[in-house]
Amino acid sequence: MPLSVTDIRCIAQLARLSVTEAEIAAVQHELNGILGLVEQLKAADTAGIEPMAHAQDVMLRLREDVVTEGDQHGLFQSIAPRVEADLYLVPRVIE
Amino acid sequence: MIEASLTELAAALGAKTISSVELTGLFLDRIARHQPQLNAFITVDPEKSLAQARAADARIARGERAPLTGIPVAHKDIFCARGWLTTCASKILSNFVAPYDAHVIEQFAGAGAVILGKTNMDEFAMGSSTENSHYGPVKNPWDTARVPGGSSGGSAAAVAARLAPCATGTDTGGSIRLPAGFCGISGIKPTYGLVSRYGIIAYASSLDQGGVFAHDAADLAVMLHAMTGFDARDSTSLERPKEDYARDLARPLAGVRIGLPKEYYGEGMDADVRAAVEAAIAAFRRLGATTVEVALPNSALSVPAYYVIAPAEASSNLARFDGVRYGYRAPDYHDLADMYCKTRAQGFGTEVKRRILVGTYVLSHGYYDAYYLQAQRVRRLIAQDFVAAFKRCDVIAGPTSPTVAFRVGEQVSDPVKMYLNDIYTVGPNLAGLPAMSIPCGTGAGGLPVGLQLVGGYFAEARMLNLAYQFQLTTNWHKRTPAAFAGNR
Repeated sequence: MPLSVTDIRCIAQLARLSVTEAEIAAVQHELNGILGLVEQLKAADTAGIEPMAHAQDVMLRLREDVVTEGDQHGLFQSIAPRVEADLYLVPRVIE
Repeated sequence: MIEASLTELAAALGAKTISSVELTGLFLDRIARHQPQLNAFITVDPEKSLAQARAADARIARGERAPLTGIPVAHKDIFCARGWLTTCASKILSNFVAPYDAHVIEQFAGAGAVILGKTNMDEFAMGSSTENSHYGPVKNPWDTARVPGGSSGGSAAAVAARLAPCATGTDTGGSIRLPAGFCGISGIKPTYGLVSRYGIIAYASSLDQGGVFAHDAADLAVMLHAMTGFDARDSTSLERPKEDYARDLARPLAGVRIGLPKEYYGEGMDADVRAAVEAAIAAFRRLGATTVEVALPNSALSVPAYYVIAPAEASSNLARFDGVRYGYRAPDYHDLADMYCKTRAQGFGTEVKRRILVGTYVLSHGYYDAYYLQAQRVRRLIAQDFVAAFKRCDVIAGPTSPTVAFRVGEQVSDPVKMYLNDIYTVGPNLAGLPAMSIPCGTGAGGLPVGLQLVGGYFAEARMLNLAYQFQLTTNWHKRTPAAFAGNR
């Protein structure tokens, strides 16, 4: 089913991506093209087939519950856009 | 020296015919000279590279030489390397100096290899032509009006133009094999789980796999041995003993069964590609292999399945780029939501945004089952097709891509057309199988044609054996584009 402009705005909001009014028609056209490519999947007979996420039959590994990482916040925060008192600064969210 | 294989370079370093500093300097000079034409590199740091080369020379002097000690390696700019700008060819990471090393980078450092530079790529590995880079497109050394393939186009162009003796890449839907094919070099994507994804900036986690480019099968074997290995920090890393991928290179091919999927040899391949591929298959028969027709009945669903699964996983993986902890942050915004939306709209390129939107849609409420889960079921069908085919053959062979390298600008504004370059390559990613491309001839305009070999799980040594034997009796892998031959 083709996406409407309202659908595009909704998806963009979910993805936290601004799509301007000038761009939206082109984005709609391209996305519908891609979804057209993908429509063929619907006709595939997958009754009784398990979804496949990994090539090998593996279980998620467990490890001992011990601390293995050290405190490197100085290093990691040195590349942050805005930091103060070891905190990452973002626009106010709570009024 | 610039034409030498890794084995020859290692011997020269061991015999002290050349030092790592001289060798690294030689390639750095070539990179500088050809960068304006090819744009293969995003970051080059001669000081850092030469410091590593000096350390390698010291190791060699102490008698501690391993096969890659002192060898300069170019790395796709998707591998985090501590202290190096690591951009993933994106504006959103254009200021990101990685604070840690990827497992792959650690493996090469342990072997004493030298980081030659960070190569250009399609942004976040999304693309088949390396035209989607914030840093501009990479050009194909065989014809600089044409694309090198993508997404690892910078690494492939660098090796083809002899700016590096070898390079790393990643392959999620063909991003090593397609550029190897378009650039006339050898490239391999190993079985999923063999190369740790820790420190590889994630695109589609169930498909991404690190791999290598080099001039021949023996070199690929040396590089794979260095790159592979269990890493507890990658939850999908497989615990297997390290392998000597060169162990079977010299085996004769008598009795080897090469499967030819009828779906690969129908329409869809250009005539010049078909001619080169068929000549290569004939060469394998002369080497003693037999061929058998096999079927991959669900292969037409590979591209649709890939273009649901990969964007879905990408939409999740790229959610971390929000301007908060690292990378680009939009300069103006009125609240947090606006900061996220503007940062991402300004920081990501067009193709990346397209795939995030597609991925967000197919994972959203009401569509997850119809799209993502359905694609994952189709994925199992595709994997099962390969398993069935491998009961009747040892290796599958076919074209790496339907055409030779196309012109820059020709396909970039038509996403679906661009996606169809991947028709032969995405299947092995979906199934997690090892796959490689070797040059097998030339097509229109003398442009390289790649032959793809797909193996069963963990069949790398067998695939490299076929490639090695083919390369003993052919010279496609030795050709250098005229503009880059000799000591220029």
